[in-house]
Amino acid sequence: MWIEVTQLFLNGLLLGSILALGAVGATMIFGVLRFAHFAHGDLMTMGAYFALLVVVGLNLPVMVALPIAMLMTAALAVGIDQVVYRRIRRVQPVILLISSFATALILRAVVQMIWGSSNQVYATGIQLPWRLGPLTIKPDHVLIFCTATLLVIAVHLFLSRTRMGKAMRAMSDNMNLALITGIPADRVIMWTWAIGGALAAAAGVFLGMDTRLHPVMGWTLLLPVFAATIVGGIGRPYGAIFGGLLIGCAMELSTLIIPGAYKPAVAFAIMILTLIFRPQGIIKGAL
Amino acid sequence: MMELSGLISYAVFFLTLVGIYAILTLGLNVQWGMTGQFNIGIAGFFAVGAYSAAILTTDRADGWLGGFGLPFPAGLAGAILITIPIAWVIGRITANLRTDYLAIATIGIAEIIRLFFLNESWLSNGVRGIPGISKPFGLGNTGYLFLVVGLVVAVYLLVEVARRSPWGRVLRAIRDNEPATAAAGKNIAHFRLQAFVVGSCIMALAGALYAHFVGFISPEAFRPLYGTFLVWVMLIAGGSGNNLGAILGALVVWLVWSSTEMLAGLMPSGLVASESAFRIFLIGVLLQIILVTRPSGLLPERRPPLPGRDK
Repeated sequence: MWIEVTQLFLNGLLLGSILALGAVGATMIFGVLRFAHFAHGDLMTMGAYFALLVVVGLNLPVMVALPIAMLMTAALAVGIDQVVYRRIRRVQPVILLISSFATALILRAVVQMIWGSSNQVYATGIQLPWRLGPLTIKPDHVLIFCTATLLVIAVHLFLSRTRMGKAMRAMSDNMNLALITGIPADRVIMWTWAIGGALAAAAGVFLGMDTRLHPVMGWTLLLPVFAATIVGGIGRPYGAIFGGLLIGCAMELSTLIIPGAYKPAVAFAIMILTLIFRPQGIIKGAL
Repeated sequence: MMELSGLISYAVFFLTLVGIYAILTLGLNVQWGMTGQFNIGIAGFFAVGAYSAAILTTDRADGWLGGFGLPFPAGLAGAILITIPIAWVIGRITANLRTDYLAIATIGIAEIIRLFFLNESWLSNGVRGIPGISKPFGLGNTGYLFLVVGLVVAVYLLVEVARRSPWGRVLRAIRDNEPATAAAGKNIAHFRLQAFVVGSCIMALAGALYAHFVGFISPEAFRPLYGTFLVWVMLIAGGSGNNLGAILGALVVWLVWSSTEMLAGLMPSGLVASESAFRIFLIGVLLQIILVTRPSGLLPERRPPLPGRDK
């Protein structure tokens, strides 16, 4: 029993670190631009397939393809913002939301048109898992967890040490106050998209390494990512990390009690409970 | 002569689907156009309506719930009656959420409803779906079209009367200025909940009509693309807040959606690996263009003149 729980907990941490990467980007976009970005899951998918492009095309290992995919997805996110979202930003936040829904479908359709809708993997063959007593851990999982941790630390340093990071937190915290103090809003928004896109790509690549690549892989993770965002409190990157880990563990551990097919429902239930009882997120306080 | 009859049967098929989508869009107009509730879980209520009607009216069921063999009107009424408590509970939980939270919550609910129908085979026969849902009163396709058109007109009149009534004015007041409406002594949560339930029931009605039209339903039909996204495109394109706009939007967008099929067929097959993906791509781009260039739609909502302005 305890072995099973520990194993599920480890799986949960892995899923949680993937969710956290997606949620940090989503929460920053939510905080700075005030809308739920429904194409975030499909940005993850895009990132995963960009990495596939590099892996297959240049015959490089996934970990080398990762930074390239992150750059490509960051550029894509900034590009989408410049072409579409920037034009409708001043109308109503809701129009942005609908537009992001359309972006999600467009991205997914593009993936399907270019790469087809069947499952794909970065590397074939079976990895021998490490055995720690009764527990099994795949080397890939350790790699994913460590890289995700490094990325999160990098985001932390960016947000706390650089001018741009501080400006971003200021805009997320109090938009009007930030604007009258002369923060260059347009540049902050571009950086927000770039970082959100890059982190989404990392999440997508890790998801692809852990399971497989599929055009709806990101979309199915969108709900847990939003759940992590809301549990952590909108616009709070550190909260999003915590939320991601919490949701990830809860989803994996729930399979002890209910069928695995309902995993997304668990994330959703936690989110609804948070919205009802603590709409400001579980952790309160400054960013 | 053959060609003409083929054309007519295609037109009948096409218009019936337009009618079903028009009802869905009218339902969304009650929630979004009139009240400002951002429901992107339309597919969920569409599915509840379709499955309710299928379970209540089919003659037999092997291994899933159903086989009650009730008449068609009882199926429609049942679909609405089953939706009322579901929508009430969901609306109760979500009524006070901000727009973007409501969006996330409703899409989650729709996905869970779909997962439920996918996994609970005792109820819905899982992935295999429910077959053998017949058209009512021995009607053919053409007869069924008239029935659908009749219901579109009925729903339109109902929603239009509601829009002009004091009830509709309160809803629009909530949409445009919530604190002022609350200050005027209106119970906002109450009105929101009512609008949510009414809109959801209209969507369920469309679901029931859909089930009888296609004769077979499976969870695949209630993915967010068909059930939710197209309906949103229709309402935005037609003009949210305007009921005639909602119907016009359903017609125009379904026309565009159907013609993308031909367009995708014209493309060289080497260029487009997946035809349906290409169509989704086109309709997504179309929506972006509408949102950027004409966000109030083909028939924008007519706002009442300000007092003193029209002298």
